[in-house]
Amino acid sequence: MTDTVQNYKPGEHPSLPPPSNTVGPIAWIRENLFSSPTNIVLTLVCAWLLYKVVPGSLNWMFFDAAFTGEDRNACKAVADGACWAFIGERLALFTYGFYPAEQRWRVNLSFILLIAAIIPVLFDNIPFRKYGLIYSALFPFIAGWLLIGGFGLEPVPTSEFGGLMLTLVIGVTGIAFSLPIGILLALGRVSNLPLIKMICVGFIEFIRGVPLITLLFIASTMLSYFLPPGTNFDLLLRVLIMVTIFAAAYMAEVIRGGLQAIPKGQFEGADSLGLKYWQTMRLIILPQALKISIPGIVNTFIGLFKDTTLVVIIGLLDPLGIGRASLADTKWTGLSTEVYLFVALFFFVSCFAMSRYSLYLESKLDTGHKR
Amino acid sequence: MKLLKIAAYTTALFSLTAMNAQAGTLEDVQARGELNCVVSTGIAGFAAPNEDGRWEGFDIDFCRAVAAAVLGDGEKVKFVPATTKNRFTVLNSGEGDILFRNTTETMSRDADLKLTFLPVNYYDGQGFMIRKELGVESAKDLDGASICIQTGTTTELNLADFFRTNGISYEPVAIETNEEGIANYGGNRCDVYTTDASGLASTRAALEDPSAHIILPEIISKEPLGGAVRHGDDQWADIGKWVVNAIIAAEELGITSENVEELAAAPQENPNINRLLGTESDMGAMIGLDPQWAVRAIKAVGNYAEIFDRTIGPDTAIGLERGLNAQWTDGGILYAAPIR
Repeated sequence: MTDTVQNYKPGEHPSLPPPSNTVGPIAWIRENLFSSPTNIVLTLVCAWLLYKVVPGSLNWMFFDAAFTGEDRNACKAVADGACWAFIGERLALFTYGFYPAEQRWRVNLSFILLIAAIIPVLFDNIPFRKYGLIYSALFPFIAGWLLIGGFGLEPVPTSEFGGLMLTLVIGVTGIAFSLPIGILLALGRVSNLPLIKMICVGFIEFIRGVPLITLLFIASTMLSYFLPPGTNFDLLLRVLIMVTIFAAAYMAEVIRGGLQAIPKGQFEGADSLGLKYWQTMRLIILPQALKISIPGIVNTFIGLFKDTTLVVIIGLLDPLGIGRASLADTKWTGLSTEVYLFVALFFFVSCFAMSRYSLYLESKLDTGHKR
Repeated sequence: MKLLKIAAYTTALFSLTAMNAQAGTLEDVQARGELNCVVSTGIAGFAAPNEDGRWEGFDIDFCRAVAAAVLGDGEKVKFVPATTKNRFTVLNSGEGDILFRNTTETMSRDADLKLTFLPVNYYDGQGFMIRKELGVESAKDLDGASICIQTGTTTELNLADFFRTNGISYEPVAIETNEEGIANYGGNRCDVYTTDASGLASTRAALEDPSAHIILPEIISKEPLGGAVRHGDDQWADIGKWVVNAIIAAEELGITSENVEELAAAPQENPNINRLLGTESDMGAMIGLDPQWAVRAIKAVGNYAEIFDRTIGPDTAIGLERGLNAQWTDGGILYAAPIR
């Protein structure tokens, strides 16, 4: 018997590798997937579901899909799966709606300018941010001019707007205007001045008490009964106003939640420094209240962005509306799955981006008060 | 009491403004330079945008014909897509000037919803489509079936009537649009799909395996589809009415989009052609238009047969036969009132 025992002086023993069953993929699987009978069952059920769903969908979506083709029969001839040629052929329609083809560069330009306008708002570590913000504030007017025309550009009626572009127009306008209006409404609601408080409470409760679809219907049909004959009040503008005030009412309540979380001491501290009402709000209360409200605010934004699909009911064709209308094309009937998947992808990407940005913002503004 | 009075006055004022808005549609349209035509959000063959965003279809062509007659250009139409639910509101509120939306003429719509219907441009009837494998051969065997049905349509009411009179039961699956119908029926969420026979034919063509489905022989209703305008402007209603009549009469008289200009250049032997094309007695003036109104309409979209064949006829994917929609001289019931 050979002596393999080694003796070390205290403190000089080298670190041994951990037992093999606590590291590596096997350990990870044991710990995360098969740690208890319940988890074993859940894992097996999930694996079975994935096995059932994933290969089939991947096959349908990619491996057995037709990406080119003249019509549905051409798709059917080459592949049994999805017929993406349909989406491909109608991509321009999905993007620009009925916007005249020779004027579409204006939409593209507006989109590039939109990205340029969003950057200074979203990130505060870029150079010349101050000028960037001035530009961002001017952007809605520049974009409005570009898209609608006039003053040197050929006018395009807003009824030609459609598709992704329409969603972005409604979504971005609603988001950009509902936040400031919502802040004012929230401040009004917690104000000490009875008249202002009453107006704000009345406004918020009325708007929140009515479904968005009702407001849109009022905007699209009822207003024409009430307005004097001959008035032509642009439908898209009416929708923008309705969507904005709807989102603003919800925004006000979200921000009020933030305001109520601010301890009384903060207000008193501001008073003792001799700050006026607006100074108090701008310098002390709102920065904290808005930070607390970020998840709620972004939640409202995402909700608003998705609510834009409701405009299809009043006859504006957003991507969903374009998709439905496209399905009636006799060349391509019966491809609803492709259309709805495509629209879902667009909304998912947009909303997911917003959600990730809000997480980034939360972690950036984190001052260690988080639980 | 005072409140009641104020309410009464306000209502009166609103109805007054609404009335005002309805007078002089022709002037409004001409001043605007664009016809607002209420159409469907998408029904195969009847109204749908193509890949370039241009609307095409049977209903669309009638919109273009009216625009051509009134404004001189069949492209000067703004299409206002509306669902089955809000189509009449859109028309009555003045958002649309005229409606061509696969719409059945009924008494209550005419009288109660205050619409004036234009001549019928498509005679339809409600039918049922079902999977062959279920072995049903008559609609009377549909007891207990789940049926996909579009809400807010006459088909919904016909269905209830049919099942009540035959003493059988069904389970409605409410859907909003025809596409939803295809998806639901194709996805086996209902046994039967019911809508107008024209819709069934196009729906069947869109299904995965059209031969696995049959359209039952029963046609359970009359569905005279036609355009409509709102009450209160008879001149405008006359324009719509006679444009539709002109399109139908053009087929009967052998006028096509190809030969219309030639025929309109000089008076022909047939006085009916001359009256329609404005080379003899100015019929256009009677509806507030110029003598060339019908020439432009026919030039823009063609006669009834041309429209039918281009959009829903046997050579299209929809593949509908003329059937009832043949001219009265060919055994159908299409019968345009004389233009004289």
